[in-house]
Amino acid sequence: MVKVKFKLDGVFVEVEAMPYQTLFHLLKDSLGVQSVHFGCGQGACGACTVLLNGKPRYSCLTLAGYVDGKEVVTLAGLAQNGELNPIQRAFIENNAAQCGYCTPGIILTAKALLDKSSRPSDEEIFDALAGNLCRCTGYVSIVRAIKSLVR
Amino acid sequence: MSSFNVLGKPVVNVQLYGHVTGSTQFIDDISFPGMLWIKAVRSPVPRGIIKKLDTKKAERLPGVVKIVTSKDVPNNMHVNMAVVGIGPPDEPVLPDKEVNYKGEAICLVVARDEETALKAIELIDLEIEELPPVLDMEEALKPSSPKIKPWNSNTFVFGSGMDGATPPGGQGRPYFLIKRGNVDEAFNKARHIVEGSYLISPIEHAPIEPHICVAKPEPDGRLTIYTATQAPYFVRDNVATILNMPPSKIRVVSPSVGGGFGGKVDPEFEMMVAVAAMAVKRPVKWRWTREEEFTVSTTRPAVKIELQDSVSDEGLILGRKARLLHDAGAYSRTSPYGVIKACFNLSGPYNIPNVEYRGYCVFTNRQPSSAMRGYGVFEVSFAIELQMDRIAKTCGIDPLELRFRNAYRNNQISASGKLIDDAYLIETMREAAGLAGINLPEHLLKMSSSG
Amino acid sequence: MVKLRGRGLAAINYPTGMNLGGDPSQTIIFAQPDGRFVMCVASVELGQGLRTALAQIAAESIGIDPEQIEVRFGDTEMAPHDTGTFASRTTHRMSNAIFAAAQEIKQIILDVASKIMETTPSDLEISNGKVYVKGVPDKFVTVQEVVNKAQFVYNTPVVGKGFYVKPKSSVDPDTGEADPHSTMAHGCTIVDVEVDTETGIVTVTDVYTVYEVGRIVNKNLVEGQIIGGLVMGLGAALTETVYPRYPSLDYQTTSFQEYVLPTAGDVPRIRYKIIENPTATNVFGIKGVGEMVVNSIAPAIANAVYNAIGVQITELPITPEKVLRALEQKKEVTNK
Repeated sequence: MVKVKFKLDGVFVEVEAMPYQTLFHLLKDSLGVQSVHFGCGQGACGACTVLLNGKPRYSCLTLAGYVDGKEVVTLAGLAQNGELNPIQRAFIENNAAQCGYCTPGIILTAKALLDKSSRPSDEEIFDALAGNLCRCTGYVSIVRAIKSLVR
Repeated sequence: MSSFNVLGKPVVNVQLYGHVTGSTQFIDDISFPGMLWIKAVRSPVPRGIIKKLDTKKAERLPGVVKIVTSKDVPNNMHVNMAVVGIGPPDEPVLPDKEVNYKGEAICLVVARDEETALKAIELIDLEIEELPPVLDMEEALKPSSPKIKPWNSNTFVFGSGMDGATPPGGQGRPYFLIKRGNVDEAFNKARHIVEGSYLISPIEHAPIEPHICVAKPEPDGRLTIYTATQAPYFVRDNVATILNMPPSKIRVVSPSVGGGFGGKVDPEFEMMVAVAAMAVKRPVKWRWTREEEFTVSTTRPAVKIELQDSVSDEGLILGRKARLLHDAGAYSRTSPYGVIKACFNLSGPYNIPNVEYRGYCVFTNRQPSSAMRGYGVFEVSFAIELQMDRIAKTCGIDPLELRFRNAYRNNQISASGKLIDDAYLIETMREAAGLAGINLPEHLLKMSSSG
Repeated sequence: MVKLRGRGLAAINYPTGMNLGGDPSQTIIFAQPDGRFVMCVASVELGQGLRTALAQIAAESIGIDPEQIEVRFGDTEMAPHDTGTFASRTTHRMSNAIFAAAQEIKQIILDVASKIMETTPSDLEISNGKVYVKGVPDKFVTVQEVVNKAQFVYNTPVVGKGFYVKPKSSVDPDTGEADPHSTMAHGCTIVDVEVDTETGIVTVTDVYTVYEVGRIVNKNLVEGQIIGGLVMGLGAALTETVYPRYPSLDYQTTSFQEYVLPTAGDVPRIRYKIIENPTATNVFGIKGVGEMVVNSIAPAIANAVYNAIGVQITELPITPEKVLRALEQKKEVTNK
């Protein structure tokens, strides 16, 4: 077992993990985080995306032990004082989700993009989203939601 | 326009708040104390006979609770669409001896976690005597081909009452038949005969949420099945059938589903999870891997459609002959239904007074295919729309003009003998042309579906 | 490197409902003490927006706001039988059942309201959550008040049940004569493509697409189906296959790395329009739309490639290999 001490959505957490356990399984099965989703476990679909020190990361390809001393943000960490984050509001206003399974990964990816650059080009948006698959929406409403936040 | 209060308004989707906050609950969030996990031993070959299945070493691995085999299934043979009269039951929950597709589940390991279950699988001694598989539909139809169905053929038998829609006692045929008018006469009148052969490949629904199921025995002998499904009552009926239990003792609960697209219509694995739960008397969960989604879960069928059209001078289709081969894979599932639906739609949105359509539901040693978005008609629309462009080229007529001329109108009769009363192709094409900046000639602008 | 451009179209229809019918739907609507309603259906929310669409239909049918209705779904012990959420059947069949259930609820509301307002039910109508005396808008009592009083003053349950089925059609075994569907919806998609003659890659640049859906329930939800279906059709047309060497099992795909799905940057420019042609088989004229939206895309793209390169590729997916082989074939024919 390895000891993992990290900040999860603003709260310090200390857990024990098997050396081979992925961050996804730690979050989902051990810590009961509802918003990380199992899509492929193969590092392709992005449904398991979290922010690790601010950068989007596939939790299925990250060993649990790797996040020791780091900060992990999931979708739960986005709302401030119970208020929806502007990205979340934009997704509602632009009807940017259908089944909702890919949505947490996409919103976190969008957050990392907009934190890095407040005026991303279309190409930069497509590039950032290339690692997030959505089978329901066809992406147009998602891109529309993100572009509505571009100043 | 309509004058409704609420209908037609862009009311905000009530699910969105849950989606953007990650609080929408999916099946993977369901878990119970003492819950066990399932992994399957799967056939490495597309066709064969199980010679040896030795699970003793695996059973002794700490953390393994039970290995579930066909012996644990009260009523092993079933067919998913029995409720609409499709038969006979041709699919085992877990095979006794015969495996019919690569990836078919042979036995289940029920263990305290997924890693233990996977370790146990490595300790299971499985020997299968390989048999030559049937993979090509045309080969499958030849008399010389090995027969993989228990009724000694590679096709579903239509018209003998088994499809639920035709009265029993009729002559069984290896194809579904639609016949209207007089095709031979129509072909004698042909100015052009246009032929085409079209093929679509099996594709995966690939919803981002894979198949996940939790079955929980209840204190009073009942069973609750939590599963992401498009058809809770299908699951209930099929689980009841194979467990030999009254359906009223089984409750099925589906949370919000992470995408279906037809891939969660068949109860593909809920029966197995139910058998495991009843065998160990504890909650059990099975989370399919993405690899299982691609290699085991149902796909859209491969469909080959051969068309032969008798076409007049003006490009009107006087008669159409069609031969459709639908690759059902190893088991019936919904395929017979899909073939019938496809055949009814082979005239498309066009008026073709003389038709002869034959649709074959062909079995091969491949993962079973089943419903996918646009079932039966996706392949037909592909074939007949490519055929239209082929006709247009042959006759030297503009592809859009050709479709206007052939479009069905109200009060015409469809291939199935149904009076058409909701035709609207002409108007729809006119709108599309407008969007694309195509200026239609006056005579096309004057056409109408009302005649 | 030459880029050949082409335009192609596909015109389609698609049936609403399970083939041959015999697929019943039922619903139960009951009121709670505070005047909100719970509607129970065994249909399933898959992302298509069922909870919202069905609430709108119930709201329209009763005369209240959709926010007054909570839709419970997917539980065989919380809702009576429904055949399933597939075959573009749910909105069509369930809305007929919901309308029937709503009529029972309305009758109870009107009866109780008539006692409260000391008039006859035929003098009253329900609209915007209020029960009015016809023609006298400021003489009203709220639906919430009526529903509460019904249960706690007049000892009347406020429950409605609805059932709808298109009867199962027989099929003539020798002609296939049958009544396969309730109604047909229509679509037409026009596509512009660019074919790179060096790599064989097909790029869809523009899509113009129109769908006739009977009656629009919610434009946002229909748009979601159109765009989502379009991208699914795009993948089916150009890259998706589980068996790349069908019918051989060789190279069977096992991951998203091998099975190529479109991502956000692969979506073409889209112009769409939704039109209505109400069907007589549904109380509001609604037809199914969820599946049709995939079917017009692949043939339109295939026909556009045909237009661009002069060779018709008749097998899906239209991979770069197939395009290059077709161009080779064409060269050989022209050279002969």
